[in-house]
Amino acid sequence: MAKISNKFSGKIVCLDKANVDTDQIIPKQFLKSIKKTGLGPFLFDSWRYEDEGYLGKDSSKRTLKDDFVLNNKAFSEANVLVAKENFGCGSSREHAVWALKDFGITTIIAASFGDIFFNNCFKNGILAIQISKKNLDIIFSNQSEIKPIEILVDLVNQKIFDEKLFEENFEIESYRKKCLIEGLDEIGYSLKYEKEISKYEQKLRKERSWVIND
Amino acid sequence: MAKRTLYDKIWDDHYVTTRDDGSDLMYVDRHLVHEVTSPQAFEGLRQNNLKPRRVSSILATPDHNVPTTSRDINLDGIKDPISKLQVITLDENCNEFGITQFKLDDSRQGIVHVIGPEQGLTLPGMTIVCGDSHTSTHGAFGSLAMGIGTSEVEHVLATQCLVTKKQKNMLININGVIEDGVTAKDITMFIIGKIGTAGGTGHVIEYGGEVIRALSMEGRMTLCNMAIEAGARAGMVAPDEKTFAYVKDRPLAPKGELFDDAVEYWKSLPSDEGAKFDEIFNFKSEDILPQVTWGTSPEMVGSIEDTIPHSSDKNIISALNYMGLKPGTMIKDIELDQIFIGSCTNSRIEDLRVASEILKNNKISKRIKRAIVVPGSGLVKKQAEAEGLDEIFIEAGFEWRDAGCSMCLGMNPDQLNELERCASTSNRNFEGRQGYKGRTHLVSPAMAALASLEGRFSDIRDL
Repeated sequence: MAKISNKFSGKIVCLDKANVDTDQIIPKQFLKSIKKTGLGPFLFDSWRYEDEGYLGKDSSKRTLKDDFVLNNKAFSEANVLVAKENFGCGSSREHAVWALKDFGITTIIAASFGDIFFNNCFKNGILAIQISKKNLDIIFSNQSEIKPIEILVDLVNQKIFDEKLFEENFEIESYRKKCLIEGLDEIGYSLKYEKEISKYEQKLRKERSWVIND
Repeated sequence: MAKRTLYDKIWDDHYVTTRDDGSDLMYVDRHLVHEVTSPQAFEGLRQNNLKPRRVSSILATPDHNVPTTSRDINLDGIKDPISKLQVITLDENCNEFGITQFKLDDSRQGIVHVIGPEQGLTLPGMTIVCGDSHTSTHGAFGSLAMGIGTSEVEHVLATQCLVTKKQKNMLININGVIEDGVTAKDITMFIIGKIGTAGGTGHVIEYGGEVIRALSMEGRMTLCNMAIEAGARAGMVAPDEKTFAYVKDRPLAPKGELFDDAVEYWKSLPSDEGAKFDEIFNFKSEDILPQVTWGTSPEMVGSIEDTIPHSSDKNIISALNYMGLKPGTMIKDIELDQIFIGSCTNSRIEDLRVASEILKNNKISKRIKRAIVVPGSGLVKKQAEAEGLDEIFIEAGFEWRDAGCSMCLGMNPDQLNELERCASTSNRNFEGRQGYKGRTHLVSPAMAALASLEGRFSDIRDL
């Protein structure tokens, strides 16, 4: 997995909706892909375009919906998505994270997240941050089409701030932080514990042999 | 010894080690694989020269993206070349790594969450994962079962472990007796209406109380299936004699002495009296009426006696706009275009029996453009046909299909047309889920069958 910087800045775009499910982030027809790449043009497909998309469709020729925030030119450089409660609920489809990443989103800030989606973010080097309602409201009420909010993230010190508006310390599990900062290969890391896994399996064969069906 | 919950016990027995970054490795007993969330995981294994660690723990089947018609011509029945490639890719991956697969033409093929229990692959006290959020279904057996992403699928294939941290314990208790016509589906939808779609986030839900104990195993599967719609990755019901009887003699269940050993262990699993839950909800059985969703999130739900709520909440206004509904409209006045009976929530034999009982000697309403019933597996279909249920469905005007996820997520050709309204026994009423601009109302099989006759929702208790 690619490392992410310890400190970085990002441009915000706010999506004013609660319970955004992964079906909205990437609709079902794009789950037919056997690749992880190329899903960015279909991110939020039904909300972004006037027509229905499909794999292989040339999205550059499609008509955009005026009222969808990601289509607003003021936010064309945004790489931080801010949303409300329970972002990424529903289906386990990792395609949702692949689409966000392919689109250029590096960080997602929300009041809360769906559990599986939250996990999937970190597996793909996307930082998901849960922040207080108070500061979320500050971000939403200061979103400006003239000068998009630029935010600073200090991953090592777990701090997120804007020079004028707010500052917040966020929680992140130590293992997720380590994976992001060091860009760890998660499987290689776990395989360092091969001995412990084998020992567990030996015990399992002895104590609950009905589990092992080979 | 400290008093432990069912989840605590399964966690303790599957804890392998703590990595030096502070995360835990949890051993995975069973891994279900399907065509949609696995190709990138197998590709990852190949790129890193890895192999599945314990092939016997895996069962694969194509279900999400398969047609429910023309199955006699096998893969040729898949018209969309992209879908076909995905199903063929599963074949190739299973062949390459020696994984057991119930292929498209196998009578045992079906929805992963139907065939696991059907085959006895799902057993109490196990950890079960699958790249599908409705893996929570298997918790009905008192197992810890959860949906995972594709990166995690790859990790489990390579290491037989999941990187995780222990979650919190939640108990949902329902005592008393539920009214006739009220089903496990109504119970699980009622709970979501009460605690919300994020109510269970970060928790494993244990369902308990007299109402839950009285449910059949299939009812408990329906209940746990929608734990994820309440935000919880896993839902579970403590195993009991009903569980053991259901599991016994299934093809992949342990036999003879091994079975007896297993039962002895399973009996030790229910939560200890006085075990600590981080959160407890108590609901009254008499408050649970037949449920119908009216919005675009499973928490936007009410009873058949309700009207669409008036609300200034932006999310509700937007949902009603999408659904083409007005506040104040009675649920009973909502007219329907399509009926779908199927999905990992409600496609088992008991679901089909309940629905066919209502349809017997009746015809679906002229309003209904299409009504389809999609059995959860080839074996459920066979059983239903042996009981003559297929004839009842067909005579009533339903289409009798082959097994798969079908219109629950509309990846295959079974979809709603734009603006069509469907009474569906599936689990998600998200925008576009059953088809672009389609409108979904989640209900029980009984309520869907009755709606097919009336062309609108009506109260199953009046029947």
